[in-house]
Amino acid sequence: MAKKKQQPLLTIFGKGLLRENPVLRLVLGMCPTLAVTTSVENGLGMGLAASFVLISSNLIISLLRNAIPAKVRIPAFITIIAGMVTLVQMLMQAFLPALNESLGIFIPLITVNCIILARAEMFASKNAVLPSVIDGLGMGLGYTAALVLMGTIREIMGNGSFFNLSLPGLQAGGYIEPMLVMILPPGGFFALGILVAFAQKLNAYLDKRERQPADQDLNCAGAINDQTACLLCGGCSLGQRGEQGPVDPETAEFNKRGNRS
Amino acid sequence: MILQVSSSPHIRDRSSTPRLMLDVVIALIPALIASIYMFGYRAALVTAVTVGSAVLFEYISRKVMKRYNSISDYSAVVTGLLLAFNLSPTIPLYIPVIGSFIAIVIVKQMFGGIGQNFVNPALAARVILTLSYPSAMTRWAILASRAKDAGAAAVNGAAGGADLISAATPLYLLQDSGGQVTSDMPTYLHMFIGFKGGCLGEVPILALLIGIVYLVIRKTIALWTPLAFVGTVGLLTFLGGQDPLYHMLSGGLVLGAFFMATDYVTVPLTRSGRVIFGIGCGLITSLIRLFGGMTEGVSFAILFMNLLTPHIERLTTPVPFGGRAHEKQ
Repeated sequence: MAKKKQQPLLTIFGKGLLRENPVLRLVLGMCPTLAVTTSVENGLGMGLAASFVLISSNLIISLLRNAIPAKVRIPAFITIIAGMVTLVQMLMQAFLPALNESLGIFIPLITVNCIILARAEMFASKNAVLPSVIDGLGMGLGYTAALVLMGTIREIMGNGSFFNLSLPGLQAGGYIEPMLVMILPPGGFFALGILVAFAQKLNAYLDKRERQPADQDLNCAGAINDQTACLLCGGCSLGQRGEQGPVDPETAEFNKRGNRS
Repeated sequence: MILQVSSSPHIRDRSSTPRLMLDVVIALIPALIASIYMFGYRAALVTAVTVGSAVLFEYISRKVMKRYNSISDYSAVVTGLLLAFNLSPTIPLYIPVIGSFIAIVIVKQMFGGIGQNFVNPALAARVILTLSYPSAMTRWAILASRAKDAGAAAVNGAAGGADLISAATPLYLLQDSGGQVTSDMPTYLHMFIGFKGGCLGEVPILALLIGIVYLVIRKTIALWTPLAFVGTVGLLTFLGGQDPLYHMLSGGLVLGAFFMATDYVTVPLTRSGRVIFGIGCGLITSLIRLFGGMTEGVSFAILFMNLLTPHIERLTTPVPFGGRAHEKQ
């Protein structure tokens, strides 16, 4: 492998926040993102738990990157990640039993979270310890931020509260009653779609301002295509996302009929 | 002088988007008048708020997205009217505003504006509102002065407002009585004229028919989808052992079939595609009405078939003379 020039640590940290935000840009780890973000508390808990696993597994995998044989690297990564997840779950059961209850199956499912596996495969197994930890930190923060954002939108709109504090006038019987749909599964998709659209817009704006070629690492993350990501995740009922490609030109042609003059 | 270069066929036609939309608005006006007669000033208020907010959101979102101003094509007015026709007269007035936002900003403008929406905006808003505010969206009422015409069982006690008293929809009564039409339900004539509980625009069937005749004369809508839709519902409810005429006259079937399942954007272009679309809508509506927990399924049926429209079009794309059948991918 050709020796790549080491990126500055700040770049590695920063890219997880927006440029390669795992949820809003790479669209990885969708099952917990859509399922648990019915409140800010759940989003924050899920984000922090996954961040802890991400940072510690990045650390260990980076330490062991020369010891793990390439052929069995995925099972080795999974074993390390599973160990970390077990640790998190035991800690949660001991100290945060209520949160553990509400996150339920999604804590053990962090094991097969594609973000963590993707960072192990794409970054930690090829980089030194410090950059790997920084990468885990940035990605974890980006993931937590996206989940908290989704939780905020869904909790305020769907339950009329923020962090379990009820907002005056937004409760049932208030001026504007909560929209039940936002804490139901469709609400997750609405919130995600709109957030992804805004992240896309923000990135386009930043790209335009910087006028620089795309980040090197974006290509590396791009190597995980939708199908692989879905296979890696394996924890949701969405099935293979590879099917839904862009609209074919004929349909696009049909759809244009509103503008026909 | 602007020379336009476009591919064949070259057909000269006066019709334009604003004209088509204006025709639909004109066709909806009799139903609006009938609805105000039936439900009182609340009907006018709900309609005004919905249409006003729809146009406002259209203007603001086009402005924010830096696109040309499109409120003069009346499509936002049509969406607002159709959404208002899908609401109950007793609804708190902020709910139509939320509905307009969903319809115009999220379903229509975020996907590229007129002609680009993948489902009917008014229906998507209605379904989201139904899921969000299940009680407010199904609290039906009718003017007290008209209630004596609406059949005894349809009306039960006073509800809040001075003049409006709550009234169950015929479909609800039908589900309650196990699918049998009983003597205290609204009669066919009452159902046809509109003395019954329901959404603003689904109630006055006679007035809707006047609008439909206008649209057919103006050739704004083709009848393939609506007839297939209504016919399928009639046939399947008959096979299900219930009164088909009662089913055809109740709920949002006429409004949905003639004004929403004929939307240009979200319905197949081909004739056979439109028939398939109508039959599919009828099938889903009948299944929900006969076996579902909800009493009405027209909006879900149309929305679901909207999503299938690209696939129906792919199946029914005509082969040009001398051309080859659509290649399988």
